[in-house]
Amino acid sequence: MADTLKERPVYRNIHVSQIVAYRLPPAGIVSILHRVSGAMMFLLLPFVIWLFDNSLTSEISFDRFTSAFSAGIGFVPGWFVKLVCLGLIWAYLHHFIAGVRHLWMDMTHSVTKAQGHSSAIITLALSLLLTVALGARLFGLF
Amino acid sequence: MSSMYGSRRLVVGAHYGSRDWLSQRVTAVLMALFTLALVVQLLLPGEMGYYKWAGIFAAQWMKVLTFVVIVALALHAWVGVRDIWMDYVKPAGIRLLLQVFSIVWLVGCAGWAVQVIWRL
Repeated sequence: MADTLKERPVYRNIHVSQIVAYRLPPAGIVSILHRVSGAMMFLLLPFVIWLFDNSLTSEISFDRFTSAFSAGIGFVPGWFVKLVCLGLIWAYLHHFIAGVRHLWMDMTHSVTKAQGHSSAIITLALSLLLTVALGARLFGLF
Repeated sequence: MSSMYGSRRLVVGAHYGSRDWLSQRVTAVLMALFTLALVVQLLLPGEMGYYKWAGIFAAQWMKVLTFVVIVALALHAWVGVRDIWMDYVKPAGIRLLLQVFSIVWLVGCAGWAVQVIWRL
């Protein structure tokens, strides 16, 4: 009994070193990015609340909020603050759209391979498109 | 349905995750509706600036809605982040440490955010 237990092979999920070589279908990419974007927003939550706090508390703090994007915060330059915000914008949009996709699948039971594929592509395209549009606004391109 | 407590409680079986599953979706819908409510108010006519922004959050109904969304966000993020730890972190000690950190992190952030809306 002990021998058979010892010899039993262990099949793990893919190893970290295999991630790059592992080709995911679009639905898989949406799924892992859903998780990555959620983790990003979780870790950056204090930064978001700092922005929320300064944008609301007073006119003086509102100036601090706006200058964070030009003069920066402390030793962190403004362009980097913008870059982090761009990351957050993408994370929010992807998480939002991928979440709506989940709810839609739950409600309509539309879980065929073809529907999963097309809705995943729509999710990726829409979130990236909106990120580019809002990013252009953030970096002052229009 | 079997009892959830006492010596005759159900200790094995499925459906342990259904509460988390449902709460994650309900909180997601709440946050999505909040996002729409905020975007609509931002798109209403008026010069974009401090007074418009602070005015949106000055209304009591918006404060209450924001408060509900802050609690929803903390619950939603707790379910999601706990899933991440459960999937990738196997040693029980480190997992417990990370879960405690997540709760402290989320409760701290929620407290700060609530302070912001009711300080105005």
